[in-house]
Amino acid sequence: MTALIELKGVEKHYGDYHALRGIDLEIRAGEFFSLLGPSGCGKTTLLRTIAGLEEVSSGSIRIDGRDMKGVAANHRPTNMVFQSYAVFPHLTVAENVGFGLRRDPRGKSEKARAVEEALDMVGLAGYGKRRAHALSGGQRQRVALARALILKPKVLLLDEPLSALDRLMREQMQLELIRLQRQVGITFILVTHDQEEALVMSDRIAVMFEGEIGQLADPETLYRRPATKRVAQFIGKMNFLPGALSADRREIDIAGLGRVATADLATSGEIDGAVSVGIRPETLAILFEGETAPRREVQGVVSEVVYYGDMTYYDVRVDGIDRPLTVSMKNLIGRPVLDVGAAARLAWDERALVLLPG
Amino acid sequence: MGLGSFAKSEGGRAATLLAPPFLYALALLALPILAVVLFSFWTQDFMTIDTRFTLANYREFFDKPIYGVLLGRSLMVSGIVTLVTVLLAYPVAYFLSFHVPSHRKSLWLFLITIPFWTSYLIRVFLWKVILGYNGVINSGLVGAGIIDEPLSFILYNVNAVIITLAHAFAPFAILPIFVALEKIDRSLIEASRDLGETRLTTFFRVTLPLSMPGLVAAVLIVFIPTIGDYVTPELMGGAGGKLIANMIQTQFLQLNNAPMGAAIAMVAMVCVTAIALVFVALNRRWLRGRG
Repeated sequence: MTALIELKGVEKHYGDYHALRGIDLEIRAGEFFSLLGPSGCGKTTLLRTIAGLEEVSSGSIRIDGRDMKGVAANHRPTNMVFQSYAVFPHLTVAENVGFGLRRDPRGKSEKARAVEEALDMVGLAGYGKRRAHALSGGQRQRVALARALILKPKVLLLDEPLSALDRLMREQMQLELIRLQRQVGITFILVTHDQEEALVMSDRIAVMFEGEIGQLADPETLYRRPATKRVAQFIGKMNFLPGALSADRREIDIAGLGRVATADLATSGEIDGAVSVGIRPETLAILFEGETAPRREVQGVVSEVVYYGDMTYYDVRVDGIDRPLTVSMKNLIGRPVLDVGAAARLAWDERALVLLPG
Repeated sequence: MGLGSFAKSEGGRAATLLAPPFLYALALLALPILAVVLFSFWTQDFMTIDTRFTLANYREFFDKPIYGVLLGRSLMVSGIVTLVTVLLAYPVAYFLSFHVPSHRKSLWLFLITIPFWTSYLIRVFLWKVILGYNGVINSGLVGAGIIDEPLSFILYNVNAVIITLAHAFAPFAILPIFVALEKIDRSLIEASRDLGETRLTTFFRVTLPLSMPGLVAAVLIVFIPTIGDYVTPELMGGAGGKLIANMIQTQFLQLNNAPMGAAIAMVAMVCVTAIALVFVALNRRWLRGRG
């Protein structure tokens, strides 16, 4: 796959505020790409520079081989779904969807048909005559989507499109967006602060912190082999244990767990200096009566229990580790929920450990 | 229900709060208007008023062309003043809303109210000084050698009335338009640009329609008071620039014919009401699109 969008050394300053710090990024044609990060990390600014709604301070943006310097938003092959949806309140649904077709050379009836098709695609067939202000949040969102997709842009930019919806609606729209993206084959760039949303929807994710890309990878790599503690903490939960590498770097001594071979650990590159070891809560398991650990085992005491219905999260104290380890357990049939203070045997597996800097 | 509980109930509290302004309005607005209505159906019989019901005054209004001419001129002057004022006010309001940084906006609004610091009368006289035969404009143009003798079409005629009124009402027009522009979600404008429109076409397709309620409010605020304005045509209009309000004043105070003056006032009021209702209906149409 070729790069549809190429960003090189993109910088953005707002007065003293340095919003984007040397962003280098390639986004492929037909990809569902997400910019994920906490609020204020610059992800929306980055999206707006691609849309042409924001000028870059330095660096270059190329879309489909064309340099976008000095190209205004109305001349870019991108369309945007705004966080507020920005549905025109003085127009009907059909007028909203057909807003960008004014210069389209097609005849009136053909345009009307295109509008109807676009509405059908987002599940709003027959809504054309309604006034936009009478729509619900979810419907406005669909209007905004249809309005952008009808122009067949090379890139569809989505700025936190689901954040204003309730949870059920959001999950439904996530799946629908994936379906739409596969159907139209347009490159989608999604900005979100919701790591779960990014994991569910994206082909690749760029995790951003303070105007920089912390890590760029597919969802599974990002989850299994985060490059830094920060990325690991932002995506899912993770326990961190201090570790000491042996002189030949072949072994690592992990606090509380003991020695393991470095080769067994997942890592995203060479690590110098201080190291930590990360363990996801679901890769640890509390062993109940009669169960044995398939590989490794360590003794601990339950210090906290948080019951989630389908899951229970335990904090387990282990000698030699200053912070308790968080363990998540599925509440399977016949499996009791332990009390605080109970002794617990923990099963762990060196193949689920991640070697991290710091 | 005792009086105590009435005073405590919601309706009772509202009534208590509303009573003083209501009585005030009744005494100073409703009763005088009622008196004008009554007078318009009476006749002046030398020094006394003949209180028998008659339509004679209205008949005279429509029989003698002078009244129609004055009313027509008043409507035209108000119309032009409104047009000029709104056309001048819109760019100011637009600049204020879109280009002045938000922390400076209140300063700008404050500056716009400066003309109100001097009395209306003084501002009218100021225009006399500017537009007069030996005024700022004429002496300036003569001094510069552009014209040989002073221009006479800029004072004591309808033009002078229009210039003075348009200046006096500009701030009234700026504020409602500014408020309407402030309420426009800026992402709508970005969305229009994103969907392929230029700055100019975005203005006509998004900004202007969404600011329509403010525009209509500005039109009403300027049009209604200017049609009844008396001071400016009196001082600036000369013989040919007199408007309907001057005729009403003449009837009441110089010809001592209050019933005729009342009838003219009634006709003018009905005209203004009719035009205002058209604009209110327009505004309704525009406002329907807001959620």
